[in-house]
Amino acid sequence: MITNASRYHVVVFTLVAACAVVAAQQPPPPAPPAQQTVVDIGKLTGDAGTPPRLAVPDLLALSTDRETVEAAKTIGEVLWADLNFEREFYMIPRDTYKSIPAAATIDTVPFDRWRELGADGVVIGTVQKVATGIRIELRLYNVRGRQSIYGREYTGSAANPRIYAHTMSDELHDSQRKLRGVARTKLSFVSDRNRESVLATVEKREVKEIYVSDYDGANPRRITINRTMNLFPNWSPDGRSIVYTSYRSGVPDVLISNIFAGTMETPTKGVGQNWLPVFSPDGSRLAFISNRDGNSEIYVMNRDGSNLMRLTNNQTIDSTPTWSPSGTQIAFTSERSGSPQIYVIGADGSGLRRVSSESFADRATWSPAPFNEIAFAARTGPGFDIKILNIGTGETRQITFGEGSNESPAWSPNGRHLAFMSTRAGRSQIFTVDRDGKNLRQLTRDGNNTTPAWSQ
Amino acid sequence: MRREVKAQIILVLLLTVLVGGCSKKTPPVARPMPPPMPTNTGGGPPPAPPEPPRPIAEPIEVPPLPPEDTVGSRSLDDLNRDSPLRPLYFGLDSADVDAAGQQVLQANASVMKKYPTWQVTIEGHCDERGTAEYNLALGERRALSAKNYLVSLGIPADQVRTVSYGKEFPFDAAHEDSAWSKNRRAHFVITAK
Repeated sequence: MITNASRYHVVVFTLVAACAVVAAQQPPPPAPPAQQTVVDIGKLTGDAGTPPRLAVPDLLALSTDRETVEAAKTIGEVLWADLNFEREFYMIPRDTYKSIPAAATIDTVPFDRWRELGADGVVIGTVQKVATGIRIELRLYNVRGRQSIYGREYTGSAANPRIYAHTMSDELHDSQRKLRGVARTKLSFVSDRNRESVLATVEKREVKEIYVSDYDGANPRRITINRTMNLFPNWSPDGRSIVYTSYRSGVPDVLISNIFAGTMETPTKGVGQNWLPVFSPDGSRLAFISNRDGNSEIYVMNRDGSNLMRLTNNQTIDSTPTWSPSGTQIAFTSERSGSPQIYVIGADGSGLRRVSSESFADRATWSPAPFNEIAFAARTGPGFDIKILNIGTGETRQITFGEGSNESPAWSPNGRHLAFMSTRAGRSQIFTVDRDGKNLRQLTRDGNNTTPAWSQ
Repeated sequence: MRREVKAQIILVLLLTVLVGGCSKKTPPVARPMPPPMPTNTGGGPPPAPPEPPRPIAEPIEVPPLPPEDTVGSRSLDDLNRDSPLRPLYFGLDSADVDAAGQQVLQANASVMKKYPTWQVTIEGHCDERGTAEYNLALGERRALSAKNYLVSLGIPADQVRTVSYGKEFPFDAAHEDSAWSKNRRAHFVITAK
């Protein structure tokens, strides 16, 4: 349903149906090739010093079947939430414009009503049933200028409407705000939500498996099925593999699950006990902990297990490595000073230095550019809180404040958010929070959920 | 008639099993005592009296196998359910074996010397107050401390394996001191006889 008026502003591109069908199992679809650039003829602006005020009503269903109607509603809701997440727009609450009539074309957009609401922009879309699934047209209107400044069309399966909203959000952020959104990223975490347990020698022990979900907690899916204990997942940069600590063989070892291929890799070849693996930013190497030389130390090896190198060598505990965004340094935890503290060392073993001064600090996570910060969990009382160290200034700030214990932070790939585990809601659950401590969201509610990792 | 007899036989058998099952129940074991020698084998000879406490400082001798080996004859599951190998406990953030822990390990060592074919896994556990990540290394260190002490007492290193479970499997899930002190432990599991 592309009208003559909008045809000038919309260059159609299509997510092939197959891509959307397997959206729940596939990493984010690749960015469209350059020749499919859409027309962006303007940037939305707000009043001086304020973010643009944006409305996202339900999309208009042009077909009456349930699937299309559901998709129209879901996409509007999820797109609003996705855009709200990055705080680049002031998102006008959706219940304040329920009465403004939907519009199928620019000629029928009630600009006066949107202006009256105080909207600088309104995102209006239609969903139509087609042979291959659904076709969605989306436009961003500048309410003051009464013009369409952005348009896209999507065609694909109606099976997972959320993926359309996530794609729209990331593309809108990119186009309008030059921001890399995270709506299509994924989380991985450990959960006992299946409530399976195996009888050990004296008590029942819960099975812990690795799960993945969308960045907002939707579409949780179990990755491991070995019914033992699987801990500390970490994503490969291409989002196709998860490396984790598994007790499948009875003792902790590093496993890589290729989650789309359905295959597994065992890079350590069973030497020693190995845990807390993390992919290097280019995906070619793994840092991990091993006791193979008699004491927990940091090692680096290639993904296939070759080229093993030991980075630390002391009689105390070394733990929890994380890579710097460039892959040239590794932050980790050591108790060589008498208490667990964060240290930084070159990926070649050079230049060791201590960077934290806490009573107990662990689980460093290194934020991507343009930020140069390390977040970690610090003991602040009976439990832990999330703190962020600015490596440039040496200053540390705190973003959680004793509501439960707050542990295991993990940066989002754009450095604006952290996923972490908190006990503030009772059991252990995954939350996200922005780098300034605002925008707290609880993502999990089922069982205990711990140690999140954020995909690229 | 025949059926009645059969039923009676079955009833008698059932009762025997039930009574036997009941008498199998091990008496409560005084925890601070050296290796408990639980009684079992329902209907067998009367339970052997508990062994007197072993003097700890003395060099450990392998006692000759008693006529009724009530430990060695038990299944792995039974053994681990009421283990002759006792756990030892640790201080907060510590993997040091204290005096009480040394006593436990000395007693465990004497049992293990008596049963040199046993394969033993020492599990290192932590309370919930550390981080999940760090606690894996701390649990490993606790298990290793216990193993090293056993080896120093003459236990062959290859008789003992270690594994850390960090804070993933608390023995007492409560969020209080008494639970935490139970959860900071090296726990012994007999994996093969």
